[in-house]
Amino acid sequence: MMVETRPKTHVSRATRREFLRAAGRVAGGIGLMSVVTVRPASATPDTMNKAIRGVIGEALVRTGKITLDVPALVENGNAIPLSVSVDSPMTEAAYVRRVHVFNEKNPQPYVATFHFSPRSGRAKVSTRIRLADSQKLVAIAELSDGSFWSDSVDVVVTLAACLEEPR
Amino acid sequence: MSLAADRLVARAGGFFLLFAFSVALAAEIPRGERRSGYTFMSRETQAMQDDRTTNPGMLWVLEGEAMWDRKEGAANRSCAQCHRNAAKSMKGVAARYPAFDAKLHRPVDLAQRINICRTARQQASPLAYESKELLALTAYVAAQSQGSTIAPTNDKRLTPFRSAGRDFFNLRQGQLNLSCAQCHDDNWRGRLAGSAITQAHPTGYPLYRLEWQTMGSLQRRIRNCLIGMRAEPFEYGAPNYVALELYMMWRARGLPMDSPAVRP
Amino acid sequence: MARALINVPAKAKRGQLIEIKALISHPMETGYRPDINGKPYPRDIINKFVCAYNGTEVFCADLHPAISANPFLSFFTVATESGTLTLTWTDDGGKLYVEKANIIVE
Repeated sequence: MMVETRPKTHVSRATRREFLRAAGRVAGGIGLMSVVTVRPASATPDTMNKAIRGVIGEALVRTGKITLDVPALVENGNAIPLSVSVDSPMTEAAYVRRVHVFNEKNPQPYVATFHFSPRSGRAKVSTRIRLADSQKLVAIAELSDGSFWSDSVDVVVTLAACLEEPR
Repeated sequence: MSLAADRLVARAGGFFLLFAFSVALAAEIPRGERRSGYTFMSRETQAMQDDRTTNPGMLWVLEGEAMWDRKEGAANRSCAQCHRNAAKSMKGVAARYPAFDAKLHRPVDLAQRINICRTARQQASPLAYESKELLALTAYVAAQSQGSTIAPTNDKRLTPFRSAGRDFFNLRQGQLNLSCAQCHDDNWRGRLAGSAITQAHPTGYPLYRLEWQTMGSLQRRIRNCLIGMRAEPFEYGAPNYVALELYMMWRARGLPMDSPAVRP
Repeated sequence: MARALINVPAKAKRGQLIEIKALISHPMETGYRPDINGKPYPRDIINKFVCAYNGTEVFCADLHPAISANPFLSFFTVATESGTLTLTWTDDGGKLYVEKANIIVE
């Protein structure tokens, strides 16, 4: 569970007790108060762009050739199926070297980097990822000829209605 | 009440039982409309469950399979020594649990039954509730019932416990003063925040819940609901959970088992 | 705990594209999840995954905390010769895990 989406639940016992004493009332449930606590700095679109530039330098990135396949709406942010595929013959002459995946609002902008070679046969990978909140994902393919291609998807993440206490 | 009614009530085994029975019948989801939680999920989550090579619950099933052959306890005995091939001996078992335990004079769920075997037959210590080991073994046994129709037995000894479970299901409780029935009998066509309200049938347990990022039992899921309702959850292993599961399985009769399920 | 569920075709034709699937048991602790006192559990994830085909690396992935718990990966390679596919992964503690699968290529 990503902290920053549910600040209300991650109240330390000590903080809550102090708050309750101060408020002068007993609240039974966890979700009734908006006390913000442990909350790491989240990535922003700016952080993501910086991270992208950090990985690929000043190279020109074009859209096309790469397809990022993620459902537009997911019922839980903990296991989102992600598939990335690049249109390439995957021969010694022309193949995909790497695919990088970035996100906008998780604490870190990186998701994964996949390394291919002509032996891959097909530049396609599937995995499952975690997203803290609804946000944009960007995938960038680095081809053997030095060109960069990108695709992006906006994902809406819904959260569970009732949350479990920390165990 | 008239004398005739008195006799009827006496035969039924208690006024409360009769009352609860008739109240529950009115709210029960008709057979034709009964649907597994699977049918409420997105295609992607359904796909995650369907493919045995990608279903995360299979990691626990595989672990349970390894445990099945492992000699345990002072008796140095494995499950396999008594129960042989699980695919044969355990087929359909999870679909008719909880079952009555004659020694304890009450029903037990599958995990408790496994622990009873461990202590009585293997002379090993019981596995902790929600532990990897207990979930793995329970998942392996439950997986042998995949596709089996949920068919509660006619065991009369279970009746008072099933009734108690039914009463709990219909009981308004917690700070939100909600009963299970209000969401899961009356409002299963709706949504709570972004999530679909299912009919709450325990067809897939133990299951991999995406919210937990791990495998968990029906008791853990019920505790989640109780906490969500701001009601006091019982300790793991409480007879209240078993009684509730007994009723929920009766309520789900006719549906196929689909453990290890994946749910959001 | 069963370490992983690996799926590699047992047989393939020379030059055939094959799909390899790996489902690994690991909590992938992000380092951001708080414990009961609000202090985050320390990060512990699988950060690298490599597939070698008869000793030659054919695929590898650098993973970050955004990858789900009990990580799943599916990727492709070309069936070139009979032999062994060796899948290795490393966690933040430096521990190396190895799983092997044989393939017959005709």
